[in-house]
Amino acid sequence: MTKSSFTNVQSEYLAVIDHAKCIRCKRCIQNCGWGTYSFGGDKIIADHSKCVACGRCYTYCPEGAISILKNPTVMRENGNWQDYHIKNIWRQSETGGIAISGMGTPLKYKKYFDHILLDACQVTNPPIDPLREPMELKTFLGKKPSKIELDFNEDGQPVLKNKMPPQIELATPFMFAPMSYGSISLNAQKAMALAARALGIVMNIGEGGLHDELVPFGKNIIVQVASGRFGVNRDYLNSGAAVEIKIGQGAKPGIGGHLPGEKIGADISRTRMIPAGTDAISPAPHHDIYSIEDLRQLIYAIKEAVNYEKPVSVKVAAVHNIAAIVSGVVRAGADIVYIDGFSGGTGAAPTIVRDNVGIPIEIALAQVDQRLREEGIRNEASLIAAGSIRSSADAVKAIALGADAVAIGTAALITMGCHVCGKCHTGNCSWGITTQRPELTRRLDPEEYGEKLYNLINAWSHEMKEVLGAMGVNSIESLRGSKERLRGIELTDSELKALGIKHAGM
Amino acid sequence: MTTDGNTKTGGMISGSMLAIDAKDMHYKELNKIIRESILSGVKNILLENVNGQYYIGDGIKGDDITITVNGVPGNDLGVFMDGPSIIVNNNVQDNIGNTMNAGKITVNGDAGDVIGYGMRGGRIYIRGNAGYRIGIHMKGYNEQIPVIIIGGKVGSFFGEYMAGGVMVLLSLDNSEESVGEYFGVGMHGGAIYMKQKIDFSKYSKEVEFLEANDSDMSFLKKYLSEYAKDFNLSSEDLIKGPFYKIIPSSARPYAHLYTSAAF
Amino acid sequence: MLRLKNNFSIEHDIAGCGLCGIINIKKIRTNGEDIKKAIALEHDRGNGLGGGFAVYGCYPEYSELYAFHVMYDDIAAKEAAEEYFKNNFIIEKQESIPIFKTSKINDHPILHRYFMKPKSDREDRLFNELKDDDFVVKSVMLINSDYDGAYVFSSGKNMGAFKGVGYPEDIADFYMLDNVEGYMWTAHNRFPTNTPGWWGGAHPFTLLDWSIVHNGEISSYGINKRYLEMFKYNLALKTDTEVIAYILDLLIRKHGLPVEMAMNVLAAPFYQTIDKMEPEQKELYTALRQIYGSALLNGPFAIIFGYPDGMVALNDRIKLRPLVAGTKGDFTYIASEESSIREICSSPDVVWSPKAGEPIIIKTVKTDAKTAINTENISQKQRLIIS
Ligand code: SF4
Ligand code: SF4
Repeated sequence: MTKSSFTNVQSEYLAVIDHAKCIRCKRCIQNCGWGTYSFGGDKIIADHSKCVACGRCYTYCPEGAISILKNPTVMRENGNWQDYHIKNIWRQSETGGIAISGMGTPLKYKKYFDHILLDACQVTNPPIDPLREPMELKTFLGKKPSKIELDFNEDGQPVLKNKMPPQIELATPFMFAPMSYGSISLNAQKAMALAARALGIVMNIGEGGLHDELVPFGKNIIVQVASGRFGVNRDYLNSGAAVEIKIGQGAKPGIGGHLPGEKIGADISRTRMIPAGTDAISPAPHHDIYSIEDLRQLIYAIKEAVNYEKPVSVKVAAVHNIAAIVSGVVRAGADIVYIDGFSGGTGAAPTIVRDNVGIPIEIALAQVDQRLREEGIRNEASLIAAGSIRSSADAVKAIALGADAVAIGTAALITMGCHVCGKCHTGNCSWGITTQRPELTRRLDPEEYGEKLYNLINAWSHEMKEVLGAMGVNSIESLRGSKERLRGIELTDSELKALGIKHAGM
Repeated sequence: MTTDGNTKTGGMISGSMLAIDAKDMHYKELNKIIRESILSGVKNILLENVNGQYYIGDGIKGDDITITVNGVPGNDLGVFMDGPSIIVNNNVQDNIGNTMNAGKITVNGDAGDVIGYGMRGGRIYIRGNAGYRIGIHMKGYNEQIPVIIIGGKVGSFFGEYMAGGVMVLLSLDNSEESVGEYFGVGMHGGAIYMKQKIDFSKYSKEVEFLEANDSDMSFLKKYLSEYAKDFNLSSEDLIKGPFYKIIPSSARPYAHLYTSAAF
Repeated sequence: MLRLKNNFSIEHDIAGCGLCGIINIKKIRTNGEDIKKAIALEHDRGNGLGGGFAVYGCYPEYSELYAFHVMYDDIAAKEAAEEYFKNNFIIEKQESIPIFKTSKINDHPILHRYFMKPKSDREDRLFNELKDDDFVVKSVMLINSDYDGAYVFSSGKNMGAFKGVGYPEDIADFYMLDNVEGYMWTAHNRFPTNTPGWWGGAHPFTLLDWSIVHNGEISSYGINKRYLEMFKYNLALKTDTEVIAYILDLLIRKHGLPVEMAMNVLAAPFYQTIDKMEPEQKELYTALRQIYGSALLNGPFAIIFGYPDGMVALNDRIKLRPLVAGTKGDFTYIASEESSIREICSSPDVVWSPKAGEPIIIKTVKTDAKTAINTENISQKQRLIIS
């Protein structure tokens, strides 16, 4: 069809320049990854249609001359036909394409974390002062036997009969969520690796292979095996603290991935071990896993390859039947199960999937933890919760709902400058995060942002200690799964039941 | 001064002295007698057969009043006390000198946990060892300098959150390390003097470890000679250095920990 | 109606308290006078809503039989429970528990005791594959959760719990403990903070031969409970103390941990301490924490744990509840306050306080052994005088 000359697709934002303030330094032109700005001879000209409100230009404008406004042109209000629907119809009717988005869903679904309140001590038990008294956040991820087996040495002293299964040791129950080289820049990965090492936690390199420069960070890295098997070989499996099989992702359960050939430059090609310029396709399923026993086969194939020295994690998206699924995954031999909730982020996903498929992490987690306990196998695997952990409060609540640790993806990107514009799939990220354009990635200094990530996790860990202290416990394991310390507000009986918590006042 | 073993509630008053047999007496009764007799001008009180009665000396005032305790008094001995002296010829339990403002407690034995909590003035002298959280949140205010001296060793959390005042740990008859874990955590004021040299770095990063100087020593001399006299020890031996001094590196150890929230 | 069970609309019953214990390591038996005096001194640590005692060695003539102490609301409840006992146990003897009504305690449930053993013909037993101990545990849980108006408060051999709503000294008079003899006694004075008193809620809490008296609140109750539920323990009473007893049952009886090590689960050493250990020990203690993290008791507590071979006193990892011990000859005393010990032993040989999280374990010895208080061990402790 021929393209009509008029389009209904209006600019979402207006990039407004105060020409009186502007000194024509042209930094905005360089900084914008989307090409919004150009120089019109005597002044800066903005093409509003290109602006995504990523925030880079006004952050770096030395004169504060830029304002990004929401386009004030209104559409007739309609509670049913919201802008979102209308605009997507226009966009899709022009191209015939599947609507694609980045990041997690921006839609206003109920956020259960915001309806859960925490407990604190008064009189009958004392709060503990986290700054002066010991407060333990150390967390081990991996399979735990249900009971200890002891031997006794010559002196009659007990010693461990069997070695413990391999564990990941985290100084604090946070980790960086899997994000591959390709979906994000190498510098973004390096920032996380530096922070993970300094913090005594781990980052996850996602499915895009392990870049040479990250090899020295092995102890603080989880390597991933996804359906595309990019960069996977024996050395790769043995190069990190653990191996993760990626089955699904919260933002796009049941959907594979696609890194277009134009993004596969020499470096990514080497890291992913695929020819430059070819599309990197991650099929929706692993084609060696069509059933649970196949998952078991892959888990043990990996365990054999790593000589049972590293825990194997399985990452799944939170879908309706998640409790039964995770139970199966645990029985298949996973040492760690990473559950990615509905609002988790992504580099690119069909909007229909991102905004409509899956269930919230809070409910998934509560159900999984309860199910594993009922089956008496909660000790068999550790649980990692993810899917928009926005604050230490979310993390504390997730742990009380049953998680051993939480993973943060979007929050880590925000630390690196991300303004959650949701246009990661375009590869133009002005912050140098979800792009491979050298002039953009260069601006992301791994040292600088590594330190910011370090600060963030440190601050959140301190906050976690404050809350533990207020609850009168001095070790994270006394919070883990302790739903008794949670109460719901503004929740229905069904919601409370799904979460396994009581209403406030009860 | 004699004790009448048969009188349960009364006691014997001679001049401004009072002796009370506290055997099987409830603390409410005992403390009422103490309060009333102080009001009526009694200056010296001898308590016999004390065992476990709480709150002895709670909130009493007057620099010239002395209470002597035979037996093990109960918790909160000298709580809120403002001036008097209490001499205990045995061990004491927990929470003695709690929020004390002035006065003196002398213990011819060991002490339990949480001694001198929030103490703002006065002295606590303990001949033996003391338990956990000694001098917790002790503070000085204007001219007031609270002082705690311990003859033996102490448990963990010694000087926790200490905000002012002085503590002295003598480690008499002690070869092993005389402090537990978490020594001086959160200390942000005051000073601790020790006779024992320890590797302080393993306890707290918020403090400095120095050798006591002349002005420290002249301050200490005053208190240590009183301590020596009270417990019949040689004051030369006690004062003989070197002493080590522990002071906080900052009055605001947590200033860096906070950031202003977005809203 | 009297309250036997926690059928208040409260999930988690909490209480402050006082405690005492006396043990003669040569198993010489004494009557309940001393323990009553010692706990009476801590009168003000309770509020009259719960007192109780456990005594070991009190039924030598029935030492091979499980001694069930049961409280009933009414005859119907008694009949129902007895039906169960008849079907599943051989009852050698049963009788009312001797009591003496006083003005202080006059309103009480029916109190009955049974000396019995599980039937050996396993066919008609409800849980026929189980060992005797397991069967007794199951039976106790079944009665306590499913039989309205009946509550088993003691089920060990040659030991018994005596408890109720009242101050402990009054409970001692009520059960006439001056007529009861044992080589080890523990006592408790309760100060419930969120429920009215209920007979079953008094301490000690016992299961088989374990008994627990406990002071403090377990802030980790929520996860401790969920952890135990994974092992099919039914927490009918919703009390902290029940949690402790079941954790110890799991660790010691089911998982075979030595008593010392079970204590290291309840009050686990901090990682900073573990990190300083020798490699082999470090590995063991790290594993203990990894495996039993959900069994860690967090929050302020002091407990006295009785078992046939001895007595253990333990407080929490940062010592937020008091605990003092003293010895005199073959006797060891443990209490919340030193004065309790001095009340019955005016000049103990040694008085000391345990360090945070470090158990005091006093084991009985063969009667012909010389005095066996291990002073070498004591000298490591925190506060100590030898008078
Ligand atoms: S960055 Fe600011 S000052 Fe510089 S050209 Fe752009 S608008 Fe003008
Ligand atoms: S990472 Fe994605 S959402 Fe964030 S600024 Fe870059 S393009 Fe926008």
